[in-house]
Parts: sequence; C-alpha cells; structure tokens
Amino acid sequence: MRNVQGMDAPHRWMAVPAGVPGVAWMMVAMLVGFTALNRQFVDVANLVNIGSQSSILLLIALPMTFVILTEGIDVSAGAVAAASSVALGCVMQAGAHTWLGIVAAIGTGTLFGLLNGSLIAWLRLPPFVVTLGTMGMAQGIALLLSGGQSITGIGTAIPVFYNGAVLGVPAPLVVAALAYVLNHVLMYRSRVGIYARAIGGNPEALRFAGVSARAWQIGIYTFAGAMFGIAAVLLTARMSTAHPTASLGLEFDAIAAVIVGGTSFEKGKGGLPGTLLGVLTIGMLRNGLDLVGVPSSVQVSCIGVLVLLALFVEGWKTR
Amino acid sequence: MNHSLASFSSLIKPGENVSKLVSRLAAVLIVAIALSFASDAFLTPGNLLNVLRQASLLFLMASGLTLVVLTAGIDLSIGANVALSACLAGTVIKATGSPLAGAAVALASGTLVGLANGGLVAILRMPSFIATYGMMWLINGYTYYFMAGNTIYGFPHGFRQLGSGYLFSIPVPVYLMLVFLALAALFAGRTIYGQQVYAIGSNPVAARFSGVPVKSRLVLVYTLSGLMAGLGSLVFLARLNSAEGDIGEPLTLPAIAAVLIGGTSLFGGIGTPYGTLIGALLLTLVLNGLNLLNIDANWQPFVTGAIIIVAVLVDSLSRRRQEARA
Repeated sequence: MRNVQGMDAPHRWMAVPAGVPGVAWMMVAMLVGFTALNRQFVDVANLVNIGSQSSILLLIALPMTFVILTEGIDVSAGAVAAASSVALGCVMQAGAHTWLGIVAAIGTGTLFGLLNGSLIAWLRLPPFVVTLGTMGMAQGIALLLSGGQSITGIGTAIPVFYNGAVLGVPAPLVVAALAYVLNHVLMYRSRVGIYARAIGGNPEALRFAGVSARAWQIGIYTFAGAMFGIAAVLLTARMSTAHPTASLGLEFDAIAAVIVGGTSFEKGKGGLPGTLLGVLTIGMLRNGLDLVGVPSSVQVSCIGVLVLLALFVEGWKTR
Repeated sequence: MNHSLASFSSLIKPGENVSKLVSRLAAVLIVAIALSFASDAFLTPGNLLNVLRQASLLFLMASGLTLVVLTAGIDLSIGANVALSACLAGTVIKATGSPLAGAAVALASGTLVGLANGGLVAILRMPSFIATYGMMWLINGYTYYFMAGNTIYGFPHGFRQLGSGYLFSIPVPVYLMLVFLALAALFAGRTIYGQQVYAIGSNPVAARFSGVPVKSRLVLVYTLSGLMAGLGSLVFLARLNSAEGDIGEPLTLPAIAAVLIGGTSLFGGIGTPYGTLIGALLLTLVLNGLNLLNIDANWQPFVTGAIIIVAVLVDSLSRRRQEARA
C-alpha cells in the first residue's frame, strides 16, 4: 500500500517526487540570504564553482538514493572513496596508463560495494553496521596502501578530469551530468528503480513475482561502490594528490543531500531530482558559509542541523 | 503487567546467557594463550595491567551503549560525545584549576547529548542510527570550532590519577570498571527498568501494550549512554593528559565492536553488561597483540571493522538458528 506512489513513479517521464518543493524553497531562501550577505555569491564564476564542487558529492549522493530507497544505508562511502583514491594514486605514481588507474579506482569501489551488498543481502545483516565495519576496513586499506601519507607525483593526466573542459563546460560538470543521466535512466526507465523501492517496501512481492531481491540488492550496493570509485577519480583530480583521509565524512554530506532532497528511509518516497536539488543545497550552504567566513567545522554542524530539521519536518508531515 | 514482564524475562534465558558468556570467556583465554606464545612481552605484569586499563576504559564507554543496543537501537555519537566532553572538561580544568568543576561539566555535557539523542529517537521517532549519526557530525563540528585546532595539555597530577594512576598496584580505571559493571548488571538484571529495557528490545509493541513507558525508557537509555560517554571522557582525558578536537574519532567503532563481540544482539533484547566487558577484553587483547607483534598500526581500523562484521554475522546466524528451533 505504502508503495503505490513509488511504484507509479517510474512510468512517468519526469517523476516529481513529493518533498522537492521543500528543498526548492530552502534553495531559494539560501540564494537570497547568502546574496544579501555577500554579493559575490551570485557571480557566474562562483555559481560554476558551486556546481563543480557539488559534482563529487552528486556522484556519491545519486547511488546513495538507490541504497536509501532499499531502506539501507552506506556509511562506508567516504572511506571507500579514500581507498579508491589511494589505489588510483599508487597506480599513477608507478607510471602506469591513466585508464589503468581509473580501472583501479572503480575496481576498488566495486569490490567494496560487492562486499557490502553480499553481507547485507546474502547474509541479511543490518546495512548500517555492515557498512560501518567495511568503513573501518576501507579506511585501514587506504592507510596501509599510502602509509598514512599523501601520494604525490600522480602525473598531469588525472587532474584534467577536474580542471579541464569539454566545449567550454568544466569537466566535473560534464561527468556529473553524464552520471545523473545514467542514474535517472536506471531509476525511471529500467527495472532497477522499481526493484529498489520494492526491496525497501515489499520484498515479499518481489519474491512472489519471481524476482531475486537479493541479487538486485547486491547489484545496487555494487553499483554504488563503482560510483564511489568514479567520485574518487574526480576527488583525486581536484587535489592532484591522493590522500587517505581527505574524503572521510563525505558520506555524511551525501546522506544529508539525499534526506534534504526528500528521500525517506521508511516510505519509499523520493527520488533523484530531489537528490540533485539536495546536493546543490548542501553545495550552496558550504560555499555560502565559506564566503561569509564560517569555518568548515561549523559547516558540518549546520549540515547536521539541516538533516535533523529535514527528518523532523518529514516525521511531522507523516504524523 | 507483572505477568507479561515475567514472560519477557523468561525470554532472556539466564542459563543460555551463562553458557554464551563462558564460551566468549574461553575465546579471551585462547587469544591470551596464543599471544603469550607469540610474544614474550605479552605475559608481563606491565602489559597485562595495560590491557586491563584499556579494556576498562573501553567498557566504560560501551556499557551505556549496551543498554541502547538492548532496545534494538544504536548510538553512533559516542566518540564525538567523548571528544566534546573531554575538550570542555579540559578547558574548564585549565581555567579554574578544579578537576571537580571539569568532571561536572563533562558529565553534564555527556548527559545532555544523550538526552538530545533520546529525544530525537523516542519522541521524534527518528531511526536511531541516523539521528545519532547526525548528532555525531553536529557535535564534531562544534568541538572543532570550540577547540579551533588547539591542544590543551598538562592537567593536575591528582586528576591524572583517574586515568593513569594505580591503587594497590591495580590501575584506577579497573576499579571504576568494576563499580560500573556492578551498577550496569544490577540495573539491567535486577530492576524493573532493566526488565522494561529488555522488553522494549524483544517486542516494542507488546511492551507498550503491557504498560511499559517505552518513550521515557528509551530517553533513559540514550541519556545513560551519554552519561557514560561523559564519564569515559574524563578517564580518557586523564590518561592522555591532553585534549584536541579529533580525539573521539577512533573510539566509536571499538565501542560498538565490544558490545557486539560481547553477545549483545543488534536486533535487541539479548545481551548483558558482563558480555560487553568480555567483548572489551577480547578486542583490547587483539589490538594489543597487533601492537606487540609489531604489526603496522594502520591495520587497526581494518581489524576492528572486520571484527564488527564477524560479530554481527555470528549474532544473526545464532538468532536464525533460534528462530528455526522455535
């Protein structure tokens, strides 16, 4: 019953989930507020900057939306991205071909996703503890491979993925757009979106329909891992080094973006357009607070407040 | 009401609990014997007392968490709470020179964070992992801001005894551990509150219909978890003799691992504080072993993470076996 809305959505071309209006208002309020505090906020250069900075977050938040729709969570995302980034760094430092490095990054992410998915779906363990465990493991691998140090000297080919441009459009925006289209098609034009919601809402129904809920659940976590690997490539490109702890905590921004974007843990509600707006909201919040001179640590607190607020409003609406 | 609570407590099956504890204690002994063969430094009084001291500190932080997990909840904010409480207490001790004032501040801040968690989970009905996860980042951010990258160090000698001192050649934290083990065991096993906590974890709906005040008991366990984080922060501060914004980061995973290895089920209703002490001992022994065998310290998060997964796996398998039997 509670899934009706979710099951309908994929059949519409542009499904607009409930919850988008809330986050849209939040964005408008931020735009007005930060512009009032600092005119630079609406400079074209700054807006492009917000987009580029948000691209890495989007790559993590999109698959996180699938995971949360299955009533799961993946808190290992930041640590997996760190391990992928370090793997990329090691391969590049050894002077190997760029594509080999990218394969190493995506491969590392995919393996961790497969591990998460198998433990969660096959052994039916609770997602947040499993991913908490793999978070520790990924963090350990990142530290072990890098010796706890930044990996420098990764060449000039990788940074192009963040600093370059395609037909005048910054490369990270191109990657983000491609990733969004891929995820949108998976969510709304393929069975993945329907099954993700069904795994969260009514796995019995999937079983009766002869669909292997477990296989799809493993697939969703594995796909998420691969996306974290791609995010790690952009992250490494942005810093021109691979650092074992730089991306720790990134999962919190991503989970925050998904929740603020209106995807809920329990009702199969929400979707990717909301997540896109959620990512931009978090991006604007961080950028705006930066411009106003609020330190990064306090930004994290603000995001925490934002998440608790979004959950509160969500709970209040459904009551 | 009394009748249904009695049937809940029969669910806990004391006999089975004891055999579970004995098998886990055997695991501790096996690891200890293996380590004594692997490293000459292991079976020295200094090292054993050190293990005991570390395990005591871990137990203090994990004991409140045990109660939360018994209600099928989780508290991911423990490490962040310890860092905040330690930094506030350190600042107050430095400013006033009074360890008592510092202790009061740490206990108060720990309790307040716990109370806030309890409110989010029990009254606003947020899933505990996401509410305490949000809380973790919220207070992490505040602690970094408060400390502004500074380190406070050098506390009064008397205060430091709380973490690094000895009494009759046994480390002081061990006595604290014993006191709070007794208190936690009494609370969980011998009071109506404790029985209600088990009841909520076993079957929240049935507990509510039996007249258990679910909301206020949930607020109570999260508050106690916060209070124990505050207490743990004092011992931790006294041991480290310094405080900075990020000292809590490596603490949450081990605390969760200790609770889970100790046989407390993530699905609620099963487990004891004794188990958590054994879990804390086992984890500390393993980490101590890595240290003694000169294995890269970077392995520690990996090993802790893997241990958490194995512990949940064992919990889930034994639960499924029980369900199959029933």
